[in-house]
Amino acid sequence: MTETAPRLLLGLFTGFLFGFFLQKGHVSKFRVIVGQFLLRDFTVLKTMLTAILVGGIGVYALKALGLAALHVKPAQLVAVAAGGLVFGIGMVLLGYCPGTGVAAAAEGQRDAFFGLLGMFLGSAIFAEFYGSVSTTIMKWYDLGPVTISGLLGVPSWTVLAALSVVALALFHQLEKIR
Amino acid sequence: MKLLSRPRWSPYAVGSLIGVLSWFAFVTADRPLGVSTALAKTVGMAEQAIAPAHVDANPYFKKFPPAVDWEWMLVAGIFLGAFTSARLSGERPEPKVPRLWQHRFGSSAALRYAGAFLGGVILALGARLAGGCTSGNGISGSLQLAVSGWLFFACLFVSGLATAFVLYGKESNLD
Repeated sequence: MTETAPRLLLGLFTGFLFGFFLQKGHVSKFRVIVGQFLLRDFTVLKTMLTAILVGGIGVYALKALGLAALHVKPAQLVAVAAGGLVFGIGMVLLGYCPGTGVAAAAEGQRDAFFGLLGMFLGSAIFAEFYGSVSTTIMKWYDLGPVTISGLLGVPSWTVLAALSVVALALFHQLEKIR
Repeated sequence: MKLLSRPRWSPYAVGSLIGVLSWFAFVTADRPLGVSTALAKTVGMAEQAIAPAHVDANPYFKKFPPAVDWEWMLVAGIFLGAFTSARLSGERPEPKVPRLWQHRFGSSAALRYAGAFLGGVILALGARLAGGCTSGNGISGSLQLAVSGWLFFACLFVSGLATAFVLYGKESNLD
């Protein structure tokens, strides 16, 4: 299970850039995260949607060239929906998500350190219940590792194009309001 | 170099850079960007030091063996990268208790830390149930057009909106 030193360094390098970008984007700030959910600051949505678009177009292009393989998580509809709903409550209460929480802790925000401690406890609790959760809730309405394009039976590029149009229209509106 | 010490970059620039970083992760490591599983592995390693037999018998840790791997190093890197960025920006530290929280819950740091801790517990339970967090599901899942990613994104947004409006809906100022 141990990974090679170059691979570990590669992870550290990739993470360094990720953390640098998150901090420069100010998504490591409580008021930016909570402000998004109050619909007063759209930094989080703009950042995430842009990352999804740029990332998606590139990853699907790399896949077409045979340079990348997809890693799609199973669409366990009940578990993912319930998990997302629970996650949203925690994210607003904490004011960070896991990645931005690590970034905020690095900035010296003490509340983020307490948030990380809470995440450790939450993960430990989940591990104790995984045996029963994985054979029940996580099995309910499990569609497997399916994509939107697979589900609709349309090409991935059609979905990416549609998504681009919607996101660009949304960005245009958001910039107009300001 | 001036760019590196600029305190804030445009969300579109940052989003694009994270997107390109995703390409890099897929090609060089054959992995999507993700954070929360590494946190579970950390707690698994800590438990292993205290009760190794308990961890060995646990089905979660059987499936996700607690070890320092690419993703764990990614999280360590996030810490270093954010630290470096903040230093280069020369930012003044944020208030100990965020102002919005102060308006609603008062200036007690202990209460804020307790709230953050509880938020962290809830967040981790949600992430584990969904199989990923804002990074692994929200960004990496969605960019692969995964149904799981978009469903997670939508659900976290709806519940985040509801929670934020219940907690802070009456506050007029973010700062």
